[in-house]
Amino acid sequence: MNRITLSLALTLMTATAASADCAFENQIPVKAMTAAFPAYKAIAENMQECGNVQVELDQEVRTKSAPALAANPSLYHISSVHNGTIVPLLNEGTIRPLDDLVAKYGQNLTPNQLIKIDGKIMAIAFMVNMQHLFYRKDIFEELGIAVPQNYDEVLAAAEKIKAAGVVDYPLGATWKADWNVGIDFNNLFVGFGGKFVNEDNTPAVNSEAGLKTLEMMKKLSAYMNPEYLVADATYVQQEFQQEKIAMSNFWASRAAKMDDPAESKVIGKIGTASAPAAIPGGIPAAMFSWDGFAIARNISDEEAEAAFRVALEGGDAEMVKENNDLAIWLIEGYQPSDMAKGAIETMQNGALPTPSTVWRGLINDAIEKNVVEFLTGKKTAEETLSDIEAAYRTNAKEAGLL
Amino acid sequence: MRRRTFWTFVGPSVFLMVLFIALPLVSVLWQSFVLSIPVVETVEVETCTPGFPSQVCVTANKSQAVLDENGKPVRITSFVGLDLYKSVVEPGVFWQAVTSGDFAALLRVDFWRALRFTLTFTFITLPFVLGIGLLIALTVNNSAARLRGPVIFVSLLPYIITPVIGGISIYWLFVGDGIVTRMLEGLVGHDISIMTHGWAVEALMMFYRVWHVAPFAFVIFYAGLQGVNRDTLESAMIDGASRFERLRYVIIPHLFPLIVFVTLIHLMDSYRVFEEIVAFNAQSQRISLQWLTYDFLQPDDSGNRAIGRASASSMLTMIGIVVIILPVLRRAWRDHRR
Repeated sequence: MNRITLSLALTLMTATAASADCAFENQIPVKAMTAAFPAYKAIAENMQECGNVQVELDQEVRTKSAPALAANPSLYHISSVHNGTIVPLLNEGTIRPLDDLVAKYGQNLTPNQLIKIDGKIMAIAFMVNMQHLFYRKDIFEELGIAVPQNYDEVLAAAEKIKAAGVVDYPLGATWKADWNVGIDFNNLFVGFGGKFVNEDNTPAVNSEAGLKTLEMMKKLSAYMNPEYLVADATYVQQEFQQEKIAMSNFWASRAAKMDDPAESKVIGKIGTASAPAAIPGGIPAAMFSWDGFAIARNISDEEAEAAFRVALEGGDAEMVKENNDLAIWLIEGYQPSDMAKGAIETMQNGALPTPSTVWRGLINDAIEKNVVEFLTGKKTAEETLSDIEAAYRTNAKEAGLL
Repeated sequence: MRRRTFWTFVGPSVFLMVLFIALPLVSVLWQSFVLSIPVVETVEVETCTPGFPSQVCVTANKSQAVLDENGKPVRITSFVGLDLYKSVVEPGVFWQAVTSGDFAALLRVDFWRALRFTLTFTFITLPFVLGIGLLIALTVNNSAARLRGPVIFVSLLPYIITPVIGGISIYWLFVGDGIVTRMLEGLVGHDISIMTHGWAVEALMMFYRVWHVAPFAFVIFYAGLQGVNRDTLESAMIDGASRFERLRYVIIPHLFPLIVFVTLIHLMDSYRVFEEIVAFNAQSQRISLQWLTYDFLQPDDSGNRAIGRASASSMLTMIGIVVIILPVLRRAWRDHRR
């Protein structure tokens, strides 16, 4: 027996050993494409235990899932979806209703997990994600700063931290010049009571709320690493871990990384709280989204059944037990940890869900580019908002909305 | 050569060129004139999503695509003439800028911003690539035979490295806590944020391109130097020509066709600058025409993409390349006929 056959045999052995953890033995080959953050890695590992499952973890699933599922037969049976990525799939009719399968196999699903569109279950959610306040408990305590409830208090706290000079930059933010900065604009804009589009799909961003949002972003940027336009989630995570920043409105899904002994210098020092409000006493300036999976339409019913069962295995109570702190799970058996406080408070304080609509992508695209040009000083606030509306109109005409 | 033999040799190549170059080009050209709009209806939809502590259901008017009996979205495709070009170029803004002289307003339009950067990038890097390429070639040519092999190898390294990797390595040297930034900060004594300055990012991208492409010019010129007529050089020396005069009147005229060749290739390549934008994360400061096309093609969060505008912008890029290489081609053609 040469070395390759030997290692192959070993893999097969481990595969069979692992499949013991899956409630059924999967006979039909199933292919899945999911996002690549840690929670999905855990789900992927659990799905693979059923055997005959191939999971591709892909950062760019949001751009790939629509064309991949539109193929006939689909390139994947399972695709991870969230509020945004489900829109093209619904629009092009490439995912199937799951009511029958839920009735047959979904006894352990909580009602909160069922994403219903027009009465039909179109996706199963595993977790929610949002940005909420992360802050250095030790610094806030030492300087006697109360946890900020709104962005005016965030600015005041940042000023105090800056004056004390305990970290390089008081604030961090995921403002990378792509969808990242767009999301942060959206969060504040919603917090200021803004509406993105009118009933007839015409833009409504050029408003009081828009101006206030840009003004606030400019103020916040003064307390950040000046290179904030390259800062994505990993960048901000590392800034926290390396003790370079003291607070940030940051992704709940990254909470576990703050206490990762292999990477972090701030273990136990990070606290979480509700996303601050934009207007004192208002709703949190944050939108939350759900993340889960959908099953392709262009596959046989047998394949869909196997895929559904595999996906449920991926997100069962056992997986949650092993990976409790990786996400804000919606799955039965989840025990919210201390780090989950921020996410739960944000939702309790009335944060709005990210809308699942066609115009959302179009307006985000317009927002992203123009907000970047505002932040780099190429455009004034008024120019930025009118350019957002102009770009949205061009986009929306081509998408048939106007 | 007999006609039959000629076609046997040329035929496959012509076929592949038509299949992989001409036909896609025609398709892009066609797509830049048509717009395919999905039919959208507004319906009242109840959407239930997770909430805390329990599910939230919202009923709202929502625009959604109309599906046909096969479950495919219905689309209406129509010929729109130059509309897509207009929405890329925005001629209205252009005329206003020309008549009022306010070019800052013009640069608010992505296309013009991208064109501005692309042209600056192309024409500033060109003389450096030619000059440095020639300098390395002359240096290697004049160095001891024993050293030539290693020197050629080292000079070629930048050209061998994959552009994105090379770009990212240089980006890392200069970003926030990069080694070079740290050293500069040590020298001047305060924090430097190179990536927040548009001009600095632009200069870095040009530096990277010159570093990456100069070896290509060097290889070509070095090969050309091997064919310089020794007799002419010797007679020039006997006539008392200085080193510079020999370069100016013997070597450069000999290399001229190669200089034209390198210029052509460089103009075509750098007009399509793209990797630098990716590697240097430069899209917040600078974008290029090729980046613009890519950006139109990228689906947004709801899966919409602007294929028509992407086609229009790539046709414009092609026209731009033809315009900038035309003078060089004409010159080469005149020399050829002489």
